[in-house]
Amino acid sequence: MDKKIYLDNAATTKTRPEVVEAMLPYFTEKYGNPSSIYEFASQNKKAVDEARSIIAKSIGAETAEVYFTAGGTEADNWALKATIDAYSSKGNHIITSKIEHHAILHTCEFLQKHGYEVTYVDVDENGIIKLDQLKKAIRPTTILISVMFANNEIGTIQPIKEIGEIAKQHNILFHTDAVQAYCQLPINVDELNIDMLSASAHKLNGPKGIGFLYIRKGAKLRSFIHGGAQERQRRAGTENVPAIVGFGKAVEIAIATMKERNDKEIELRERLIKKVMSEVPYVRVNGHRRNRLPNNVNFSFQFIEGESLLIMLDMKNICASSGSACTSGSLDPSHVLLAIGLPHEIAHGSLRLTLSEDNTEEEIDYTAEMIKEIVDKLRQMSPLYEDYMKKKA
Amino acid sequence: MYTEKVMDHFTNPRNMGEIENPSGVGTVGNAKCGDIMRMYLDIDDNGVIRDCKFKTFGCGAAVATSSIATELVIGKTVQEALQVTNKAVVDALDGLPKVKVHCSLLAEEAIHAALWDYAEKNNITIEGLSKPKDDVSEEEEEPEY
Repeated sequence: MDKKIYLDNAATTKTRPEVVEAMLPYFTEKYGNPSSIYEFASQNKKAVDEARSIIAKSIGAETAEVYFTAGGTEADNWALKATIDAYSSKGNHIITSKIEHHAILHTCEFLQKHGYEVTYVDVDENGIIKLDQLKKAIRPTTILISVMFANNEIGTIQPIKEIGEIAKQHNILFHTDAVQAYCQLPINVDELNIDMLSASAHKLNGPKGIGFLYIRKGAKLRSFIHGGAQERQRRAGTENVPAIVGFGKAVEIAIATMKERNDKEIELRERLIKKVMSEVPYVRVNGHRRNRLPNNVNFSFQFIEGESLLIMLDMKNICASSGSACTSGSLDPSHVLLAIGLPHEIAHGSLRLTLSEDNTEEEIDYTAEMIKEIVDKLRQMSPLYEDYMKKKA
Repeated sequence: MYTEKVMDHFTNPRNMGEIENPSGVGTVGNAKCGDIMRMYLDIDDNGVIRDCKFKTFGCGAAVATSSIATELVIGKTVQEALQVTNKAVVDALDGLPKVKVHCSLLAEEAIHAALWDYAEKNNITIEGLSKPKDDVSEEEEEPEY
């Protein structure tokens, strides 16, 4: 196939043309600083607040509870670091899961170096957090529970409502990294007892470099980036007006089309899983089979290594990703795949394909065919496969 | 990320496969770390490597280093083959990304392991060759599929 087949939408998505169009005037025409007093600039303040209002509505929040950041990673850092700062008189303990994104995990490791305590709760073989363990981990000094809404690698959706209830019962703040779930799944912060939520625009056909942190009214979190009085003095720095406007537009479209997109993505997802499972031996699907993001497929192919698979898929014009060590720059494969109990060698052979509504059945069928061909080729090269076959014979 | 040479050897690997009744065979690496390399050698009575084949579980660089290493040792004497260092492997590929240099070490070790096997089978000592590290992980339980 000559056309590129993009199956890495969990990494990033294409910015919608409507979004780009909405952003463009804010570069060359309406370029004023929203903090300036004259009308030419202050109209941009309205544009920012309009986007804020669209986003607030999308999660059932109040407009004043949404704070723009430079992306999901900043929102995660802010949520964790500002909580421990604001609630240090209450305690120094955070609970999170073993399968969080590095924006959470590495921030937790940083906090541990500075004397804070962190409990990393296990997940089951499908990637669902162990709620019993989470409950047992609660201490009088626990000030925050942070659990991702849906996992970026294996797509598993967490029991967010239950976690929110547990946090509420114990009067502990609850933060969720919803970077993968926001605008893919319906979210209402009141129904789910969420106190803080991180999201990013470029995962939902918006621009890169913009995200937000929802902070429930009453939570004591203060500034993380210090400077001017922007974002109600909680996040300094001149607003990225074009990106914020683009974010608003992307959310507006994503919320309006959610059901339709989900239906199409689930259909394509199941088609891909079914084809690969029926045509390739020694393969498994990672992540929960039902409670998973509509667009996420994650396989492990036995006897082969993920990076080889990715390069060969790339040569067939298919863009995908893997949790193998070779793609992470370390000797260990993905922490998520290890946390669900996969042995190292199986985790090395993982392949993540994240679809979008733009994919077609033809693309999915071609991808399944190429996977079969490449996996077969790599297995012919693999000493592990050779040993397994000889042992079997 | 990879040089043209690496991509060429990865996508069209030379001498991939097995040799039946090899003069020597060596397997190095560790599935846990994501690399296993196996080298087969066919050595004639004069100690010249007639043929060399490989099988590799690993990334693009691991496959490419195995492939080029077979080319580097075919036609050489056992002593000459012993001089094929990981640096020679990297140079022959026009370089490797820093994080992948360990793959070239694996290629050197795989050749040494195969030569060691040859020496043991024939009850000879190859000067400058020491017993390779036994690095291949014990087989773990078969995962369920």
